[in-house]
Formats: sequence, structure tokens, C-alpha cells
Amino acid sequence: MSAPRVAPEPRPAAPLVEVAGLVKTFAKAGPPALDGVSAHVAPGVVTGLVGPDGAGKTTLIRILAGLLDRDAGQARVLGCDPGREAPAVHARLGYMPQKFGLYEDLTVGENLRLYADVRGLPAAERPAVFARLLGFTGLEAFTGRLAGRLSGGMKQKLGLACAMIRRPELLLLDEPSVGVDPISRRELWRMVRELAGQGIGVVWSTSYLDEAEACDQVLLLSQGRQLFFGPPGALTALVAGRSLALRGIAAGRRAVLRRALGQPGVADGVIQGRSVRLVLARDAGPPDLDALRAGPGATLEPVAPRFEDAFVDALGGGPGGVSPLAEAMRPRDPAPGSAVEARDLTKRFGAFTAASEVSFSIRRGEVFGLLGPNGAGKSTIFKMMCGLLRPTSGQALVDGLNLEKASGRARARIGYMAQKFSLYGTLSVRQNLEFFAGVYGLGREARRRAVAGMVETFALGPYLGASADALPLGFKQRLALACAVMHEPPVLFLDEPTSGVDPITRREFWTHINGMVERGVTVMVTTHFMDEAEYCDRIVLVYRGRIIASGSPDDLKDGVRGPELPDPSMEDAFVALIGRDGSGREAA
Amino acid sequence: MRAALRRVWAIARKEGVQIVRDPSSILIGFVLPVFLTLLSGYATNLDLEGVPLGVVLEDSSPEARSLAAAFAASRSFSVRLGHDRRQMQGELTTGGLRGVVVIPRTFTRDLARADAQAPFQILVDGAEPNTATFVQNYARGIWLTWMTLRAREAGEGFAPPVVLAPRTWFNQDLRSLNSLLPGGIAINLTLIGALLTALVVAREWERGTMEAMLATPVTGLEMLVGKLAPYFLLGMVALGICLALTLGVFGVPFRGSAGALVAVSAVFLLSALGLGLFISTVARSQFVAAQVAILSAFLPAYFLSGYVFEIAGMPWPVRLLTHAISARYYVSALKTLFLAGDAWAQLLPNMVGMAAIAAVLLGLTLWRSARRIG
Repeated sequence: MSAPRVAPEPRPAAPLVEVAGLVKTFAKAGPPALDGVSAHVAPGVVTGLVGPDGAGKTTLIRILAGLLDRDAGQARVLGCDPGREAPAVHARLGYMPQKFGLYEDLTVGENLRLYADVRGLPAAERPAVFARLLGFTGLEAFTGRLAGRLSGGMKQKLGLACAMIRRPELLLLDEPSVGVDPISRRELWRMVRELAGQGIGVVWSTSYLDEAEACDQVLLLSQGRQLFFGPPGALTALVAGRSLALRGIAAGRRAVLRRALGQPGVADGVIQGRSVRLVLARDAGPPDLDALRAGPGATLEPVAPRFEDAFVDALGGGPGGVSPLAEAMRPRDPAPGSAVEARDLTKRFGAFTAASEVSFSIRRGEVFGLLGPNGAGKSTIFKMMCGLLRPTSGQALVDGLNLEKASGRARARIGYMAQKFSLYGTLSVRQNLEFFAGVYGLGREARRRAVAGMVETFALGPYLGASADALPLGFKQRLALACAVMHEPPVLFLDEPTSGVDPITRREFWTHINGMVERGVTVMVTTHFMDEAEYCDRIVLVYRGRIIASGSPDDLKDGVRGPELPDPSMEDAFVALIGRDGSGREAA
Repeated sequence: MRAALRRVWAIARKEGVQIVRDPSSILIGFVLPVFLTLLSGYATNLDLEGVPLGVVLEDSSPEARSLAAAFAASRSFSVRLGHDRRQMQGELTTGGLRGVVVIPRTFTRDLARADAQAPFQILVDGAEPNTATFVQNYARGIWLTWMTLRAREAGEGFAPPVVLAPRTWFNQDLRSLNSLLPGGIAINLTLIGALLTALVVAREWERGTMEAMLATPVTGLEMLVGKLAPYFLLGMVALGICLALTLGVFGVPFRGSAGALVAVSAVFLLSALGLGLFISTVARSQFVAAQVAILSAFLPAYFLSGYVFEIAGMPWPVRLLTHAISARYYVSALKTLFLAGDAWAQLLPNMVGMAAIAAVLLGLTLWRSARRIG
């Protein structure tokens, strides 16, 4: 990972963005947030900006948008210096910050009008522009709705419409797909492609690597340094011949993955349904199949490399397969019977039915995935399962205990990690741990031991006095997980636990989950990352408040296989199943 | 220029819509003034009425009973009569009584003697020094009045050695509310003004909208003016509410002109809103901003504005510090307007002081929000 690798590429005449040797340092003594970044963006080109959290993606976008001054290096944006000639840049730029930059207490129409006003769109052009943008984003029917009441996918589209109000020459999008379901992501992608086709240059930062793979060029950053700039295929080519699929695993694919990641030549590995996908380190031979103990029928087959393989490899490989957290837990007997059960759960809000007769049961030691588009009813079901929302009818049971009747005892068996880390940002790491230990009713001695254990297994020692808000994202996530599992719950509920988290941190997270599941913990998870859905033993797909499909990831993929989709991904299956159930557009 | 005005108008209209939809703005702009004015009207009244006072009649002569009746007739005291001083002293200890007047067995005898010594005893509760002084002075006053009347009835001249003929200017009936409530308006408006704006910039940072706005042609000054205008109007409405209650409910006289009041208040409001905007710009978090606003706006205004505590009585470093508190000038200007009238020689220097503070705060806000994230 020394010098940036720049793939040769024909240079168009007038690039919209040209940066060279860009340096930005925030803390005087600290490491630079950007350290020698050089890239260019031509009209009509979509540039993917990827890298782990803290890589400097947002910093780079803000410098390009003229919102942040650089410390050193050259930068030209639309022919201007974004530092000194920011107003000239702003007039011709479209920028969508994280969280979309929308006023949630204004309606869709008011947001559009505000951006039209501040960008000086002449009144005569407005009707045509508004009609075009609303049609383009499919928001015609919602102009009177408050932006805060839109689903994630609709917010994202409105944010794009606001950024597009004066047809900018350059469009900067900072993590537009965080917390958005696959269908909305695909729609946004189609729109951006269309805009690029009209000659607009696009810079798109993302933690979804399938999006990066579809870009014309990618800029890979890590801790401010540029690891790669060029077409994604050129990076993927670097891992050619090193991607393998381990198929025909008899049982215990989680244990197989753990053992595989422990092998010296294995740089990365993930679970894909029944199989395990491995990426070998450079110049390493295939792992010893016997040592993986995958069963007699197991085979290692070469598969086509993905951009994600190359990404993880370029960052020095994924985390190991052993979870110190799980190691420290006492194993549970995989008693028969279901750990979690939903019986005809129904929730109505007035005339609106958010969940309708939802039933499923989760066996002990199983990873169970709850998938669905934004607004499908996942969160409603999730909240009822946690006892946070009273069902209109039906029952939610944990270990046979009804969450309504025996809520205290039932909840004591649940570890809950909410969307957007429900930590106390102003408390220190130690105070957070002690608070949650107290909440779960651990005695003084048990509390001391639990806190010490979490600090050790998650290496939180250096951060004990730091406030939770100040932690790097990876550590925030560890802390949130630590707080959720400190009382060693037999059941773990994870509501979009990895939203906005980079692929490396997500791998580490799943290492812990897999380790705990091996110890007999039952997990229910919601996610918008379809590669994470592959880790699940079983999935239910929720749409418009009902379960429309269920089965293992491979079952779902098999169910949509056909001449048009010979080798469907989990995302293909998701989109196809939702599409079959009716127009997916309207709820997305 | 026209484009700039259009952008200011767009921001101002957006803020207006947000004010209408945000219950907290309505609460701060309309409910808080009512609450604060009623609170300051009823709670900070320094004139005491009906202070519980015990009168121990150990002497039962007609003179002693006449003096006790004089105490009972006073509006200042609510008198309880007794014959045992030990019982009354116990109540003084528990706080049931604020003072005890003991008319001893020797009262009639001592009264007949020529020396001016008061032949009775006043016990007061020193834990409440203000009330204690009050009880002491009023009791003495009642005693003097009673003596004068008694002497006149007896046909003798009772001449106190010095005759004071007090003539009070401005607040003739010496009602403390008349000078306190105008000052209270300043304190309330300080809090309201700072709270109104403390949240608005921080909210935009928290929700990421500020970043989106910064990447448009809107300049820092346009943003500032656009945000200030609707909250200025809301602040003026809050002032109107405070004023209406002060005049209507508490009957405080107003001797100035409406024009002068609006002019003085407008300058003050700019400084109060400026403080909120500055806090908001620096804090960038609504929670922190609200706390800082209450602490940094309300407390200094309460203690250092001369609202209750006389600035002249403060040590010089603190006195110097009061010049940095915008409410100090406003309290002074309001007292002038309410009690004296349009005394421009007094109002103008105060307006200059407030304008200077407003300019500094708004300038700092502009400088801090100068189109940069960092």
C-alpha cells in the first residue's frame, strides 16, 4: 500500500475537477485527514469515492465544494480555485451532504422552492423545472408532504432534486445511500447515470462496494492516503485468480469461516448463503482443505473476483475470524425449541396497517434476518418483538415469555442494539458501560467483572475516559455492541446495526456475531446490506406489512433464478421478489 | 443586489414557516412572556403585606390594648394576639411568625415616664434580613403614629426632634413593582431573545442543512439577516405581551412614548437575538446551545443589570463588567421610559451601549459562520 497506483487512462480536454497532492490536516499534531490526493473528474463521468470510515471521503468532498480550505496541493473545480473562488464554484455546483440537506419541517414543494430561491432560478422557468424534477424523482404525488415524513428513499431523491435545481455541471453526493433500501438505491443509481449521460460530472462517496464497482472510475482512500485511482476493473484485476468459493460445506459454515480466516494465506472471507467466499493473499497458495474441516464433500472453486475482494485486499485484508467477545462468553446448550416467536403479530396505526399477521419462529443459535424496503414495516415488527410497541393483536414471545405480560423477565433475556448507536454521547466509555450494566441489573461484583471483560475484549482501554461521541466509528460500534451484550443475553436483536459503517468494520462486527452464535446465542437482525443477509440462516422478506417470502438466502436466490438472472445475487433476489409482489416503486 | 434580497427573503420565509410549524418557537415567543411576566410580577414584589406578627399582651391596660389594636389595623401585618411570650417565641423559631411585639407588664408604667424610650420589645427573625428590617421599621412607625395620636388626644404636643417631609420623585407611591417590572421586561426579553435564536443555527448544523446551504450562493450576511428578521418580529410580539401584562395586570404607569419604547427595544432585541445566534453558531448542538443560552443570557442579566441589585453598590470590577451586559442598558432605559418619560439624554447613551454589544455579537457570528465548515 505504498505509492498510489494510477491506472493509465485517456485524459479528456477539460476536466471538471482536477486535484493534485491535496493535503488537509485538522489537529495540528494529528495525522492528516487527506495526504497527497490526486485525481480528476471529466464531464459525464461517475467517480466513486470509497474507503473505510475516517478515510477522508467527506473531507475531500467538502474541499471540492469550497466548504473547507486545503492546507497544500492544487485544486481546480469547474475552472476555479474552490478555496478562494468558492462563490463561483457554488453557483455551478450541485451538492448533497450526508443526511440529504433537507428541511424536515418544510414540505417537498417548499424545499424545492427554497433551493430555487437561493439559487436564483427565474420564476418563468420554475414550473417546467419543478415538473421535470418531480417527474424524474417520482415525487409528484408528494409535494405537500413534510420532508421529515418521507421514507429514506424518498428523502434521498428529494435531496438529489434540490441539488439538481439549476442543472449543475458537477454533482457531489456524500453517502447518498446510507440507510436506503436496495430498490431505492437502484433507482437513485439509474437517475445519476442518466444525469451523467447528459454530461454532468458526478462524485459519489459510498460504503456500498457494488455501487463503486459500477462507477466509471474509483478513488480509494484509507486514512487520508490514496490507495488507488482508476477504473474499478483495474483494481479488481489485481486480485484475479485469488477469489475462491468453498462449496458443499457439510455443517458449521461459521466455524469453517473462522478456521479459514485463521489460515496464513487467507486475506478475507465472508459467508455467502451455504458457501464461504475466500480471498487469498498475494502469492499465497490455497488453504489446506482438511484444516478447515468443512466436510467430505467440500470443494474449493475459483470464482470471478469482485471489487469488494480487491477493496479489502488493498486495505491489507479483513479482520481475523476469532471473536474475543464470543470466546469470553460461556457456551449455551443448544436446547431444542424456538428462542423467539411471533404469532400473528398485527399493528394498526389508525386506518394504516403497519404489520399484518406476521408469524415466524427463530430456533436457538440461529441468525434470522428481517429484510424489506424502507417503510415496509420492519421497524414496527422489530419494536413489537422488543416489547417497545404494543401489538394490536397477536403475540411476541422470547423463550416462551410473552413480551407484553412478562415484559421485564422477557426483556432481561434480550440484548438490543438500536439503529444509530443508542449510546450516551456525552458520557465516557466507562460510564456508558457501567450505565448499561446497571440498567440490566448486574450486581456490583458482576458489573465490575462485566465492564472489565468488555474493556479487555474490545480493546477499549485507551478510550475509557473519552466521551462516546468522540470515538472513531469502529469503536463506537464496538461499544454499542458491548453495551448490548454485557449481561450475556441469550437473544440478540440488532436493528440496522451496520448502517453507514464501512466494509472492514462490518466484517469485524459479523465476526463477533458469528462467534456468539456458535456459542448458542440467537440473533435477529435487520439490514439494508444484502451481503450481510447472506450471513443469515433464514430470512423473511417484509413488504407492505406482510411477509412475502421466507427461507435461507440460497432458497430465495434459487427462487428467482431464471434465464434473465442465471446467477442472482441476494440483491437481485430482493428486488425481484418485491417486484413480483407489486410495483415496488410506490413504497420505496 | 436584487438577487441577494431575494435570497434573504427566501431564508426569512423559510424561517417563518419553521416558526409556525415548530411548537417550541411558539412556546418561547408567546407562552414564555406571559409566564415570565406573571412570575416576576407576583414573585419579585418587594412590598410586604400581611406579614405574620405576634403581639404579646402581658399588660392588659387600655393603653396596651390600644397599641395592639394599632398593630392589628395595619395592612402590613397580620397580627395574632397572645398573652404568653414563650409560645410566640417558639413560633418565631419555627418560622410561623416573622416578628413578635412584646407589650410587657411594665408598659403603662414606662409610658407615663417622660423619657422617649419605647417601653416595649420587638423580636424579629434575623434569618430573613429584609423582612426583619421591614418588621422593625414598620413596627417603629406604628409606635410613632400611635404616640402622636395619643398625645393629640391628650391635648399635648408630641414633637419628634426632626420633622422629615419626604418627597419622592418618579415613583411617587414608592411601589416597588413600578420600578421592578420594567426591569423584569428586560430580563424576560433577554431570555426569550437568546432562546429563540440559540436553537436555530445549531439545529441546521445538526440536521446537515447548514452544509447544504453553505454550498449555495447564499452568503453569510444574507443567512444572518434572513434568520434575524422573523425572530426580530417574534421578539417584538413577545415584548408586546410583556408590556400589555405589565400595564394591564399590574397597573404600572408608563410615562414615555410608544415610539421611544419601540426604538429602544429594537436595539436591545438585536443584541439579545445576536447573543442567541452567536451561541448557536459556536455550539452547533441544540442541547448545548439551550443550556448556554439560559446560563449566559439569564444569569448575568439577572444579577448585573441593576434589575434588583443596585449596580452602584457593586465593587468596581463587577461594576465594570456590567457594561458588557446589554440588559443593563435596557433596564435603565425602561425604568426611564416607565417612570420618567422620554428623557433622550438618558435613553441615547443606553441605546449606544446596546447597539455596540449587538454589533459585536452579530459581527462575531458573521465571522464564525463565514462560509466554512472547519
